[in-house]
Amino acid sequence: MKFRANLVIGGVLFAGVIIAGIFAPWLAHTDPVMDANLMYAEEAPGSEFWFGTDAQGRDIYSRVLYGARISLTVGIISQLINTVIGVCLGLSAGYWGGWWDDFVNGLTNMMLAIPSLIFALAIMVILNPGLTSLLIALGLTNWSFTCRLARASALSLKSQGYVQAAKVLGYGDIRIMLTQLLPNMLGPIIVIGTLGMGGAVLAEAALSFLGLGIRPPYPSWGSMLSDARDQITTAPWISIFPGLAIFVTVLGLNLLGDGLRDILDPQARTRRA
Amino acid sequence: MLSFIVRRLLQSLPIILAVAALIFVMFSVIPGTFASSMSDDGRSVLDAEVMARMNKEFGLDDPVYVRFGKYVAQLATFDLGTSFRTRQPVAHVIADRLWPTAQLAFASMLFAILIGVPLGFIAALRPGSWIDTISMVGAVSGLSLPKFWLGLLLMYLFALMLGWLPSFGYGGGDLRYLILPSVALGVAPLALLARTTRAAVLDIMNADFVRTARSKGMSESKVVRWHLTRNALVIILTTIGLQFGTVIGQAVVIEKLFSWPGLGSLLVDSVTLRDIPVVQGSILVIVLLFLLINMLVDVLCAIIDPRIKYT
Repeated sequence: MKFRANLVIGGVLFAGVIIAGIFAPWLAHTDPVMDANLMYAEEAPGSEFWFGTDAQGRDIYSRVLYGARISLTVGIISQLINTVIGVCLGLSAGYWGGWWDDFVNGLTNMMLAIPSLIFALAIMVILNPGLTSLLIALGLTNWSFTCRLARASALSLKSQGYVQAAKVLGYGDIRIMLTQLLPNMLGPIIVIGTLGMGGAVLAEAALSFLGLGIRPPYPSWGSMLSDARDQITTAPWISIFPGLAIFVTVLGLNLLGDGLRDILDPQARTRRA
Repeated sequence: MLSFIVRRLLQSLPIILAVAALIFVMFSVIPGTFASSMSDDGRSVLDAEVMARMNKEFGLDDPVYVRFGKYVAQLATFDLGTSFRTRQPVAHVIADRLWPTAQLAFASMLFAILIGVPLGFIAALRPGSWIDTISMVGAVSGLSLPKFWLGLLLMYLFALMLGWLPSFGYGGGDLRYLILPSVALGVAPLALLARTTRAAVLDIMNADFVRTARSKGMSESKVVRWHLTRNALVIILTTIGLQFGTVIGQAVVIEKLFSWPGLGSLLVDSVTLRDIPVVQGSILVIVLLFLLINMLVDVLCAIIDPRIKYT
Protein backbone atom coordinates (compact mmCIF):
# COMPACT_ATOMS: atom_id res chain seq x y z
CA MET A 1 0.00 0.00 0.00
CA LYS A 2 1.28 3.45 -0.93
CA PHE A 3 2.65 5.55 1.93
CA ARG A 4 0.35 8.51 2.49
CA ALA A 5 2.09 11.24 4.46
CA ASN A 6 -1.08 13.22 5.12
CA LEU A 7 -2.88 10.18 6.54
CA VAL A 8 0.04 9.20 8.78
CA ILE A 9 0.87 12.72 10.02
CA GLY A 10 -2.81 13.55 10.50
CA GLY A 11 -3.44 10.27 12.31
CA VAL A 12 -0.45 10.76 14.61
CA LEU A 13 -1.43 14.35 15.47
CA PHE A 14 -5.06 13.45 16.13
CA ALA A 15 -4.10 10.35 18.12
CA GLY A 16 -1.77 12.54 20.19
CA VAL A 17 -4.62 14.92 21.03
CA ILE A 18 -6.92 12.01 21.92
CA ILE A 19 -4.26 10.51 24.20
CA ALA A 20 -3.68 13.93 25.82
CA GLY A 21 -7.41 14.28 26.45
CA ILE A 22 -7.95 10.76 27.80
CA PHE A 23 -4.90 10.75 30.04
CA ALA A 24 -5.15 14.39 31.12
CA PRO A 25 -5.70 13.55 34.83
CA TRP A 26 -2.42 11.56 34.84
CA LEU A 27 -0.41 13.81 32.54
CA ALA A 28 -1.45 17.14 34.08
CA HIS A 29 0.70 18.64 36.83
CA THR A 30 -2.12 20.45 38.65
CA ASP A 31 -5.90 20.73 38.76
CA PRO A 32 -6.83 22.96 35.79
CA VAL A 33 -9.54 24.90 37.66
CA MET A 34 -8.84 24.74 41.38
CA ASP A 35 -5.06 25.15 41.51
CA ALA A 36 -4.89 28.91 41.05
CA ASN A 37 -2.09 30.65 42.92
CA LEU A 38 -1.49 34.36 42.40
CA MET A 39 2.05 33.89 43.73
CA TYR A 40 2.84 32.16 40.44
CA ALA A 41 0.83 34.47 38.16
CA GLU A 42 2.21 34.96 34.63
CA GLU A 43 5.26 32.74 35.15
CA ALA A 44 7.15 32.19 31.87
CA PRO A 45 7.53 28.64 30.51
CA GLY A 46 10.24 26.71 32.34
CA SER A 47 11.07 23.45 34.06
CA GLU A 48 8.38 23.88 36.72
CA PHE A 49 5.60 25.19 34.48
CA TRP A 50 6.27 23.80 31.00
CA PHE A 51 3.85 26.17 29.22
CA GLY A 52 4.00 28.91 31.88
CA THR A 53 1.10 30.12 34.03
CA ASP A 54 -1.84 32.44 33.41
CA ALA A 55 -2.95 35.61 35.22
CA GLN A 56 -4.45 33.52 38.04
CA GLY A 57 -1.30 31.45 38.41
CA ARG A 58 -2.84 28.32 36.87
CA ASP A 59 -0.58 25.88 34.99
CA ILE A 60 -1.26 26.37 31.27
CA TYR A 61 0.11 22.92 30.35
CA SER A 62 -2.49 21.24 32.60
CA ARG A 63 -5.26 23.48 31.27
CA VAL A 64 -4.30 22.77 27.65
CA LEU A 65 -4.42 19.02 28.36
CA TYR A 66 -7.88 19.25 29.92
CA GLY A 67 -8.97 21.59 27.13
CA ALA A 68 -8.45 18.69 24.71
CA ARG A 69 -11.32 16.87 26.42
CA ILE A 70 -13.76 19.70 25.72
CA SER A 71 -12.62 20.26 22.14
CA LEU A 72 -12.71 16.56 21.30
CA THR A 73 -16.10 16.06 22.98
CA VAL A 74 -17.60 18.98 21.05
CA GLY A 75 -15.85 18.06 17.80
CA ILE A 76 -16.79 14.38 17.84
CA ILE A 77 -20.33 14.54 19.26
CA SER A 78 -21.51 17.59 17.31
CA GLN A 79 -20.16 16.13 14.08
CA LEU A 80 -21.87 12.82 14.86
CA ILE A 81 -25.17 14.69 15.30
CA ASN A 82 -24.58 16.52 12.00
CA THR A 83 -23.74 13.27 10.22
CA VAL A 84 -26.82 11.45 11.54
CA ILE A 85 -29.12 14.36 10.56
CA GLY A 86 -27.47 14.79 7.16
CA VAL A 87 -27.49 11.08 6.33
CA CYS A 88 -31.09 10.51 7.49
CA LEU A 89 -32.42 13.48 5.52
CA GLY A 90 -30.25 13.04 2.42
CA LEU A 91 -30.62 9.28 2.17
CA SER A 92 -34.40 9.33 2.58
CA ALA A 93 -34.79 12.31 0.22
CA GLY A 94 -32.72 10.66 -2.50
CA TYR A 95 -34.42 7.29 -2.11
CA TRP A 96 -38.03 8.40 -1.74
CA GLY A 97 -37.96 11.52 -3.91
CA GLY A 98 -41.23 13.41 -4.42
CA TRP A 99 -42.43 16.08 -1.99
CA TRP A 100 -40.05 14.86 0.73
CA ASP A 101 -37.08 15.38 -1.61
CA ASP A 102 -38.33 18.88 -2.47
CA PHE A 103 -38.75 19.70 1.22
CA VAL A 104 -35.28 18.42 2.18
CA ASN A 105 -33.76 20.27 -0.79
CA GLY A 106 -35.40 23.51 0.31
CA LEU A 107 -34.24 22.98 3.89
CA THR A 108 -30.68 22.29 2.72
CA ASN A 109 -30.62 25.40 0.50
CA MET A 110 -31.82 27.47 3.45
CA MET A 111 -29.14 26.04 5.74
CA LEU A 112 -26.44 26.65 3.14
CA ALA A 113 -27.46 30.31 2.97
CA ILE A 114 -26.88 30.87 6.69
CA PRO A 115 -23.20 30.91 7.67
CA SER A 116 -22.87 28.10 10.23
CA LEU A 117 -21.07 30.21 12.85
CA ILE A 118 -23.83 32.84 12.65
CA PHE A 119 -26.52 30.19 13.01
CA ALA A 120 -24.71 28.60 15.95
CA LEU A 121 -24.44 32.08 17.50
CA ALA A 122 -28.20 32.54 17.11
CA ILE A 123 -28.90 29.19 18.78
CA MET A 124 -26.58 30.12 21.64
CA VAL A 125 -28.74 33.23 22.23
CA ILE A 126 -31.67 30.97 23.03
CA LEU A 127 -29.76 28.38 25.04
CA ASN A 128 -27.65 29.04 28.10
CA PRO A 129 -23.90 28.92 27.41
CA GLY A 130 -22.40 25.53 28.25
CA LEU A 131 -21.28 22.22 26.82
CA THR A 132 -24.77 20.82 26.05
CA SER A 133 -25.84 24.04 24.32
CA LEU A 134 -22.65 24.00 22.26
CA LEU A 135 -23.28 20.41 21.19
CA ILE A 136 -26.83 21.31 20.13
CA ALA A 137 -25.79 24.55 18.39
CA LEU A 138 -22.91 23.00 16.45
CA GLY A 139 -24.77 19.73 15.88
CA LEU A 140 -27.65 21.45 14.12
CA THR A 141 -25.75 23.82 11.89
CA ASN A 142 -23.41 21.84 9.70
CA TRP A 143 -25.32 18.91 8.23
CA SER A 144 -26.15 20.35 4.83
CA PHE A 145 -23.02 19.13 2.99
CA THR A 146 -23.49 15.59 4.37
CA CYS A 147 -27.15 15.76 3.36
CA ARG A 148 -26.29 16.83 -0.19
CA LEU A 149 -23.73 14.06 -0.48
CA ALA A 150 -26.04 11.36 0.92
CA ARG A 151 -28.87 12.49 -1.37
CA ALA A 152 -26.67 12.44 -4.47
CA SER A 153 -25.31 8.99 -3.55
CA ALA A 154 -28.81 7.62 -2.88
CA LEU A 155 -30.04 8.98 -6.23
CA SER A 156 -27.30 7.19 -8.13
CA LEU A 157 -27.35 3.99 -6.06
CA LYS A 158 -31.09 3.35 -5.95
CA SER A 159 -31.20 2.20 -9.58
CA GLN A 160 -28.40 -0.32 -9.07
CA GLY A 161 -29.17 -4.01 -9.61
CA TYR A 162 -28.57 -5.08 -6.02
CA VAL A 163 -31.06 -2.49 -4.74
CA GLN A 164 -33.66 -3.71 -7.23
CA ALA A 165 -32.90 -7.28 -6.15
CA ALA A 166 -33.44 -6.34 -2.50
CA LYS A 167 -36.81 -4.85 -3.46
CA VAL A 168 -37.79 -8.04 -5.26
CA LEU A 169 -36.80 -10.02 -2.17
CA GLY A 170 -39.35 -7.98 -0.23
CA TYR A 171 -36.99 -5.76 1.79
CA GLY A 172 -38.68 -2.70 3.30
CA ASP A 173 -37.55 0.83 2.40
CA ILE A 174 -35.75 1.43 5.70
CA ARG A 175 -33.95 -1.91 5.46
CA ILE A 176 -32.84 -1.18 1.89
CA MET A 177 -31.57 2.25 2.91
CA LEU A 178 -29.65 0.92 5.91
CA THR A 179 -28.27 -2.31 4.47
CA GLN A 180 -27.90 -1.60 0.74
CA LEU A 181 -27.42 2.14 0.27
CA LEU A 182 -25.72 3.35 3.45
CA PRO A 183 -22.71 0.97 3.37
CA ASN A 184 -22.01 2.04 -0.22
CA MET A 185 -21.85 5.75 0.56
CA LEU A 186 -19.98 5.47 3.83
CA GLY A 187 -16.53 6.40 2.46
CA PRO A 188 -17.24 10.00 1.40
CA ILE A 189 -19.42 10.50 4.49
CA ILE A 190 -16.54 9.49 6.77
CA VAL A 191 -14.29 11.97 4.91
CA ILE A 192 -16.79 14.84 5.28
CA GLY A 193 -17.31 13.89 8.92
CA THR A 194 -13.57 14.00 9.66
CA LEU A 195 -13.15 17.37 7.95
CA GLY A 196 -16.31 18.65 9.67
CA MET A 197 -14.87 17.68 13.05
CA GLY A 198 -12.02 20.13 12.49
CA GLY A 199 -14.58 22.81 11.63
CA ALA A 200 -16.51 22.02 14.82
CA VAL A 201 -13.33 22.33 16.94
CA LEU A 202 -12.68 25.75 15.35
CA ALA A 203 -16.31 26.84 15.83
CA GLU A 204 -16.30 25.77 19.49
CA ALA A 205 -13.12 27.73 20.07
CA ALA A 206 -14.58 30.78 18.28
CA LEU A 207 -17.83 30.69 20.29
CA SER A 208 -15.94 30.22 23.57
CA PHE A 209 -13.60 33.05 22.55
CA LEU A 210 -16.67 35.29 22.15
CA GLY A 211 -17.86 34.24 25.60
CA LEU A 212 -20.80 32.24 24.22
CA GLY A 213 -19.41 28.74 24.57
CA ILE A 214 -17.67 27.14 27.50
CA ARG A 215 -17.52 29.65 30.33
CA PRO A 216 -14.40 30.25 32.48
CA PRO A 217 -12.93 28.83 34.66
CA TYR A 218 -13.36 25.59 32.67
CA PRO A 219 -10.38 25.16 30.40
CA SER A 220 -11.69 25.42 26.86
CA TRP A 221 -8.95 26.47 24.43
CA GLY A 222 -11.17 29.25 23.05
CA SER A 223 -12.03 30.72 26.44
CA MET A 224 -8.35 30.45 27.46
CA LEU A 225 -7.47 32.58 24.43
CA SER A 226 -10.22 35.02 25.31
CA ASP A 227 -8.76 35.39 28.82
CA ALA A 228 -5.26 35.75 27.40
CA ARG A 229 -6.04 38.82 25.28
CA ASP A 230 -5.34 41.26 28.10
CA GLN A 231 -1.97 39.67 28.88
CA ILE A 232 -0.71 39.54 25.30
CA THR A 233 1.99 42.16 25.99
CA THR A 234 3.14 40.91 29.39
CA ALA A 235 2.69 37.14 28.99
CA PRO A 236 2.29 36.11 25.32
CA TRP A 237 2.74 32.40 26.15
CA ILE A 238 -0.79 32.40 27.63
CA SER A 239 -2.07 32.95 24.08
CA ILE A 240 0.45 30.80 22.23
CA PHE A 241 -0.15 27.35 23.71
CA PRO A 242 -3.98 27.09 23.59
CA GLY A 243 -3.90 28.44 20.01
CA LEU A 244 -1.21 25.96 19.07
CA ALA A 245 -3.33 23.16 20.54
CA ILE A 246 -6.31 24.17 18.37
CA PHE A 247 -4.06 24.43 15.31
CA VAL A 248 -2.49 20.99 15.85
CA THR A 249 -5.89 19.34 16.42
CA VAL A 250 -7.52 20.88 13.35
CA LEU A 251 -4.42 20.28 11.22
CA GLY A 252 -4.46 16.63 12.28
CA LEU A 253 -8.13 16.29 11.38
CA ASN A 254 -7.71 18.07 8.03
CA LEU A 255 -4.73 15.91 7.05
CA LEU A 256 -6.56 12.79 8.21
CA GLY A 257 -9.63 13.81 6.17
CA ASP A 258 -7.47 14.42 3.09
CA GLY A 259 -5.70 11.09 3.53
CA LEU A 260 -8.97 9.22 3.99
CA ARG A 261 -10.36 10.92 0.88
CA ASP A 262 -7.39 9.71 -1.14
CA ILE A 263 -8.13 6.15 -0.04
CA LEU A 264 -11.93 6.07 0.14
CA ASP A 265 -12.74 8.41 -2.76
CA PRO A 266 -9.77 8.17 -5.18
CA GLN A 267 -11.61 10.06 -7.94
CA ALA A 268 -11.75 13.11 -5.71
CA ARG A 269 -7.98 13.24 -5.48
CA THR A 270 -7.49 15.28 -8.63
CA ARG A 271 -10.48 17.51 -8.06
CA ARG A 272 -9.54 18.01 -4.42
CA ALA A 273 -10.08 21.49 -2.98
CA MET B 1 -29.27 38.20 -19.34
CA LEU B 2 -31.87 40.32 -17.58
CA SER B 3 -34.31 37.42 -17.41
CA PHE B 4 -31.48 35.27 -15.98
CA ILE B 5 -30.90 37.83 -13.21
CA VAL B 6 -34.63 38.13 -12.51
CA ARG B 7 -34.95 34.34 -12.38
CA ARG B 8 -32.01 34.06 -9.95
CA LEU B 9 -33.58 36.78 -7.79
CA LEU B 10 -36.88 34.91 -7.76
CA GLN B 11 -35.06 31.68 -6.87
CA SER B 12 -33.53 33.44 -3.85
CA LEU B 13 -36.89 34.73 -2.62
CA PRO B 14 -38.14 31.45 -1.06
CA ILE B 15 -34.78 31.03 0.70
CA ILE B 16 -34.97 34.56 2.12
CA LEU B 17 -38.55 33.95 3.28
CA ALA B 18 -37.61 30.59 4.80
CA VAL B 19 -34.65 32.14 6.66
CA ALA B 20 -36.86 35.00 7.88
CA ALA B 21 -39.46 32.47 9.09
CA LEU B 22 -36.79 30.35 10.79
CA ILE B 23 -35.30 33.36 12.57
CA PHE B 24 -38.76 34.51 13.63
CA VAL B 25 -39.69 31.09 14.97
CA MET B 26 -36.37 30.68 16.77
CA PHE B 27 -36.72 33.91 18.69
CA SER B 28 -40.48 34.19 19.06
CA VAL B 29 -42.02 30.83 19.75
CA ILE B 30 -39.51 29.71 22.35
CA PRO B 31 -41.11 30.82 25.62
CA GLY B 32 -39.50 33.46 27.76
CA THR B 33 -36.91 34.64 25.29
CA PHE B 34 -38.57 37.89 24.27
CA ALA B 35 -40.19 38.57 27.60
CA SER B 36 -37.04 38.17 29.64
CA SER B 37 -34.65 39.69 27.16
CA MET B 38 -34.85 43.18 28.64
CA SER B 39 -33.79 42.15 32.14
CA ASP B 40 -30.28 43.09 33.24
CA ASP B 41 -28.79 39.65 32.69
CA GLY B 42 -31.12 38.94 29.81
CA ARG B 43 -32.48 35.81 31.41
CA SER B 44 -34.21 36.48 34.74
CA VAL B 45 -37.95 37.13 34.89
CA LEU B 46 -39.11 40.75 34.99
CA ASP B 47 -41.88 42.27 37.07
CA ALA B 48 -45.21 41.19 35.52
CA GLU B 49 -46.46 44.75 35.07
CA VAL B 50 -43.27 45.91 33.36
CA MET B 51 -43.31 42.85 31.14
CA ALA B 52 -46.95 43.44 30.14
CA ARG B 53 -46.18 47.08 29.29
CA MET B 54 -43.15 46.09 27.22
CA ASN B 55 -45.02 43.33 25.45
CA LYS B 56 -47.68 45.86 24.46
CA GLU B 57 -45.08 48.43 23.40
CA PHE B 58 -43.32 45.97 21.08
CA GLY B 59 -46.56 44.28 19.96
CA LEU B 60 -45.55 41.01 21.59
CA ASP B 61 -48.98 40.38 23.14
CA ASP B 62 -50.44 39.50 19.72
CA PRO B 63 -50.81 35.84 18.69
CA VAL B 64 -47.75 34.37 16.96
CA TYR B 65 -49.35 34.21 13.50
CA VAL B 66 -50.35 37.89 13.71
CA ARG B 67 -46.83 38.81 14.75
CA PHE B 68 -45.40 36.78 11.89
CA GLY B 69 -47.73 38.52 9.43
CA LYS B 70 -46.62 41.92 10.76
CA TYR B 71 -42.99 40.82 10.64
CA VAL B 72 -43.21 39.77 6.98
CA ALA B 73 -45.12 42.98 6.10
CA GLN B 74 -42.41 45.02 7.84
CA LEU B 75 -39.68 43.12 6.00
CA ALA B 76 -41.38 43.85 2.68
CA THR B 77 -40.89 47.55 3.40
CA PHE B 78 -37.28 46.98 4.63
CA ASP B 79 -38.40 47.71 8.19
CA LEU B 80 -36.43 45.43 10.50
CA GLY B 81 -38.10 46.63 13.69
CA THR B 82 -36.81 48.67 16.62
CA SER B 83 -33.83 47.90 18.82
CA PHE B 84 -34.85 46.84 22.35
CA ARG B 85 -31.84 48.60 23.79
CA THR B 86 -31.32 51.81 21.86
CA ARG B 87 -34.93 52.24 20.58
CA GLN B 88 -33.43 53.08 17.15
CA PRO B 89 -34.70 51.50 13.93
CA VAL B 90 -32.71 48.29 13.39
CA ALA B 91 -32.28 49.10 9.67
CA HIS B 92 -30.43 52.33 10.62
CA VAL B 93 -28.25 50.56 13.19
CA ILE B 94 -27.31 47.93 10.61
CA ALA B 95 -26.79 50.46 7.80
CA ASP B 96 -24.15 52.22 9.94
CA ARG B 97 -22.25 48.94 10.30
CA LEU B 98 -22.47 47.70 6.72
CA TRP B 99 -19.64 49.74 5.21
CA PRO B 100 -16.94 48.66 7.73
CA THR B 101 -17.94 45.00 7.22
CA ALA B 102 -17.92 45.43 3.44
CA GLN B 103 -14.45 47.04 3.65
CA LEU B 104 -13.14 44.18 5.78
CA ALA B 105 -14.69 41.45 3.59
CA PHE B 106 -13.42 43.01 0.34
CA ALA B 107 -9.94 43.65 1.72
CA SER B 108 -9.57 40.10 3.07
CA MET B 109 -10.87 38.57 -0.17
CA LEU B 110 -8.57 40.82 -2.21
CA PHE B 111 -5.64 39.59 -0.11
CA ALA B 112 -6.81 35.97 -0.58
CA ILE B 113 -7.33 36.31 -4.35
CA LEU B 114 -4.09 38.18 -5.08
CA ILE B 115 -1.97 35.55 -3.34
CA GLY B 116 -4.08 32.38 -3.41
CA VAL B 117 -4.95 32.22 -7.12
CA PRO B 118 -1.40 32.80 -8.50
CA LEU B 119 -0.03 30.38 -5.89
CA GLY B 120 -2.49 27.70 -6.98
CA PHE B 121 -1.61 28.28 -10.64
CA ILE B 122 2.14 28.05 -10.00
CA ALA B 123 1.68 24.90 -7.90
CA ALA B 124 -0.43 23.25 -10.61
CA LEU B 125 1.98 24.17 -13.42
CA ARG B 126 4.85 22.55 -11.49
CA PRO B 127 3.20 19.55 -9.78
CA GLY B 128 5.46 17.75 -7.36
CA SER B 129 7.98 20.60 -7.24
CA TRP B 130 9.14 22.20 -4.00
CA ILE B 131 6.90 25.21 -4.62
CA ASP B 132 3.89 22.90 -5.05
CA THR B 133 4.71 21.04 -1.83
CA ILE B 134 5.35 24.20 0.20
CA SER B 135 2.25 25.99 -1.06
CA MET B 136 -0.01 23.00 -0.40
CA VAL B 137 1.45 22.42 3.09
CA GLY B 138 0.91 26.15 3.69
CA ALA B 139 -2.65 25.86 2.39
CA VAL B 140 -3.65 23.00 4.68
CA SER B 141 -2.00 24.85 7.60
CA GLY B 142 -3.86 28.05 6.68
CA LEU B 143 -7.15 26.18 6.73
CA SER B 144 -6.36 24.81 10.20
CA LEU B 145 -5.41 28.13 11.83
CA PRO B 146 -7.95 29.61 14.23
CA LYS B 147 -8.50 33.13 12.81
CA PHE B 148 -8.73 34.86 16.15
CA TRP B 149 -5.47 33.28 17.29
CA LEU B 150 -3.74 34.36 14.12
CA GLY B 151 -5.22 37.84 14.63
CA LEU B 152 -3.92 37.91 18.19
CA LEU B 153 -0.42 36.87 17.06
CA LEU B 154 -0.42 39.44 14.23
CA MET B 155 -1.53 42.09 16.69
CA TYR B 156 1.25 41.14 19.08
CA LEU B 157 3.95 41.06 16.41
CA PHE B 158 3.11 43.95 14.09
CA ALA B 159 1.32 46.32 16.45
CA LEU B 160 2.68 45.76 19.93
CA MET B 161 6.24 44.55 19.28
CA LEU B 162 7.24 46.23 16.01
CA GLY B 163 4.77 49.11 16.21
CA TRP B 164 4.30 49.13 12.44
CA LEU B 165 0.51 49.01 12.42
CA PRO B 166 -2.32 50.05 14.75
CA SER B 167 -3.42 47.20 17.02
CA PHE B 168 -7.20 47.65 16.91
CA GLY B 169 -10.04 50.03 16.09
CA TYR B 170 -11.41 51.57 12.89
CA GLY B 171 -9.29 54.73 12.85
CA GLY B 172 -12.02 56.72 11.08
CA GLY B 173 -11.47 54.75 7.87
CA ASP B 174 -7.63 54.94 7.89
CA LEU B 175 -6.62 51.99 5.69
CA ARG B 176 -3.70 51.03 7.97
CA TYR B 177 -6.28 49.83 10.51
CA LEU B 178 -7.67 47.47 7.88
CA ILE B 179 -4.46 45.51 7.27
CA LEU B 180 -4.21 43.21 10.30
CA PRO B 181 -7.90 42.19 10.48
CA SER B 182 -7.97 41.59 6.71
CA VAL B 183 -4.90 39.36 6.79
CA ALA B 184 -6.26 37.40 9.78
CA LEU B 185 -9.60 36.93 8.03
CA GLY B 186 -8.12 36.34 4.58
CA VAL B 187 -5.70 33.50 5.35
CA ALA B 188 -8.33 30.71 5.28
CA PRO B 189 -9.91 31.81 1.94
CA LEU B 190 -6.38 32.25 0.58
CA ALA B 191 -5.56 28.66 1.49
CA LEU B 192 -8.80 27.34 0.03
CA LEU B 193 -8.40 29.38 -3.17
CA ALA B 194 -4.84 28.11 -3.63
CA ARG B 195 -6.05 24.50 -3.29
CA THR B 196 -9.11 25.01 -5.49
CA THR B 197 -7.11 26.77 -8.20
CA ARG B 198 -4.47 24.04 -8.18
CA ALA B 199 -7.09 21.29 -8.39
CA ALA B 200 -9.03 23.09 -11.15
CA VAL B 201 -5.93 23.77 -13.26
CA LEU B 202 -4.66 20.19 -12.82
CA ASP B 203 -8.05 18.90 -13.94
CA ILE B 204 -8.12 21.12 -17.02
CA MET B 205 -4.51 20.30 -17.94
CA ASN B 206 -5.61 16.72 -18.59
CA ALA B 207 -8.57 17.79 -20.74
CA ASP B 208 -8.64 16.85 -24.43
CA PHE B 209 -8.80 20.43 -25.69
CA VAL B 210 -5.55 21.31 -23.84
CA ARG B 211 -3.82 18.26 -25.29
CA THR B 212 -5.09 19.22 -28.74
CA ALA B 213 -3.87 22.80 -28.33
CA ARG B 214 -0.41 21.58 -27.35
CA SER B 215 -0.26 19.04 -30.16
CA LYS B 216 -1.08 21.80 -32.63
CA GLY B 217 2.07 23.54 -31.43
CA MET B 218 0.46 26.30 -29.39
CA SER B 219 2.96 27.94 -27.05
CA GLU B 220 2.70 27.11 -23.34
CA SER B 221 1.95 30.71 -22.41
CA LYS B 222 -0.99 30.76 -24.85
CA VAL B 223 -2.27 27.41 -23.52
CA VAL B 224 -2.19 28.84 -20.01
CA ARG B 225 -3.76 32.16 -21.00
CA TRP B 226 -6.45 30.97 -23.40
CA HIS B 227 -7.35 27.53 -22.17
CA LEU B 228 -6.31 26.99 -18.57
CA THR B 229 -7.11 30.43 -17.14
CA ARG B 230 -10.50 30.89 -18.78
CA ASN B 231 -11.69 27.42 -17.91
CA ALA B 232 -10.39 27.50 -14.35
CA LEU B 233 -11.92 30.93 -13.81
CA VAL B 234 -15.48 29.60 -13.42
CA ILE B 235 -14.46 27.28 -10.58
CA ILE B 236 -12.29 29.98 -9.00
CA LEU B 237 -15.09 32.55 -9.20
CA THR B 238 -17.59 30.15 -7.66
CA THR B 239 -15.19 29.49 -4.79
CA ILE B 240 -14.65 33.24 -4.35
CA GLY B 241 -18.42 33.75 -4.13
CA LEU B 242 -18.84 31.01 -1.52
CA GLN B 243 -15.84 32.30 0.42
CA PHE B 244 -17.25 35.83 0.45
CA GLY B 245 -20.24 34.52 2.36
CA THR B 246 -18.02 32.54 4.72
CA VAL B 247 -15.83 35.59 5.32
CA ILE B 248 -18.85 37.71 6.26
CA GLY B 249 -19.93 34.96 8.65
CA GLN B 250 -16.46 34.52 10.13
CA ALA B 251 -15.94 38.27 10.47
CA VAL B 252 -17.82 38.21 13.78
CA VAL B 253 -14.77 36.91 15.63
CA ILE B 254 -12.22 39.13 13.88
CA GLU B 255 -14.38 42.26 14.24
CA LYS B 256 -14.75 41.55 17.95
CA LEU B 257 -10.99 40.93 18.38
CA PHE B 258 -9.96 44.10 16.53
CA SER B 259 -12.88 46.23 17.85
CA TRP B 260 -13.93 46.74 14.23
CA PRO B 261 -17.33 48.48 14.15
CA GLY B 262 -18.95 46.14 11.61
CA LEU B 263 -22.02 43.95 11.36
CA GLY B 264 -20.28 41.04 13.10
CA SER B 265 -19.37 42.96 16.23
CA LEU B 266 -22.90 44.44 16.25
CA LEU B 267 -24.28 40.90 16.15
CA VAL B 268 -22.05 39.68 18.98
CA ASP B 269 -22.84 42.74 21.12
CA SER B 270 -26.56 42.29 20.46
CA VAL B 271 -26.32 38.62 21.37
CA THR B 272 -24.60 39.52 24.64
CA LEU B 273 -27.22 42.22 25.37
CA ARG B 274 -30.00 39.97 24.05
CA ASP B 275 -31.24 42.69 21.72
CA ILE B 276 -33.33 40.23 19.70
CA PRO B 277 -34.57 42.54 16.89
CA VAL B 278 -30.97 43.54 16.09
CA VAL B 279 -29.86 39.90 16.17
CA GLN B 280 -32.70 38.93 13.81
CA GLY B 281 -32.01 41.86 11.48
CA SER B 282 -28.24 41.27 11.41
CA ILE B 283 -28.63 37.58 10.55
CA LEU B 284 -31.12 38.38 7.82
CA VAL B 285 -28.84 41.02 6.28
CA ILE B 286 -25.85 38.63 6.39
CA VAL B 287 -27.92 35.98 4.58
CA LEU B 288 -29.07 38.56 2.02
CA LEU B 289 -25.47 39.62 1.38
CA PHE B 290 -24.45 35.97 0.98
CA LEU B 291 -27.23 35.29 -1.55
CA LEU B 292 -26.56 38.53 -3.42
CA ILE B 293 -22.84 37.83 -3.77
CA ASN B 294 -23.50 34.30 -5.01
CA MET B 295 -26.01 35.62 -7.51
CA LEU B 296 -23.44 38.10 -8.81
CA VAL B 297 -20.93 35.27 -9.13
CA ASP B 298 -23.45 33.19 -11.11
CA VAL B 299 -23.97 36.11 -13.49
CA LEU B 300 -20.21 36.62 -13.86
CA CYS B 301 -19.71 32.90 -14.53
CA ALA B 302 -22.40 33.02 -17.22
CA ILE B 303 -20.63 35.97 -18.85
CA ILE B 304 -17.20 34.33 -18.74
CA ASP B 305 -18.25 30.85 -19.83
CA PRO B 306 -20.59 30.81 -22.85
CA ARG B 307 -21.38 27.14 -22.15
CA ILE B 308 -23.41 28.29 -19.11
CA LYS B 309 -26.89 28.97 -20.43
CA TYR B 310 -29.04 31.77 -19.08
CA THR B 311 -31.67 29.34 -17.88
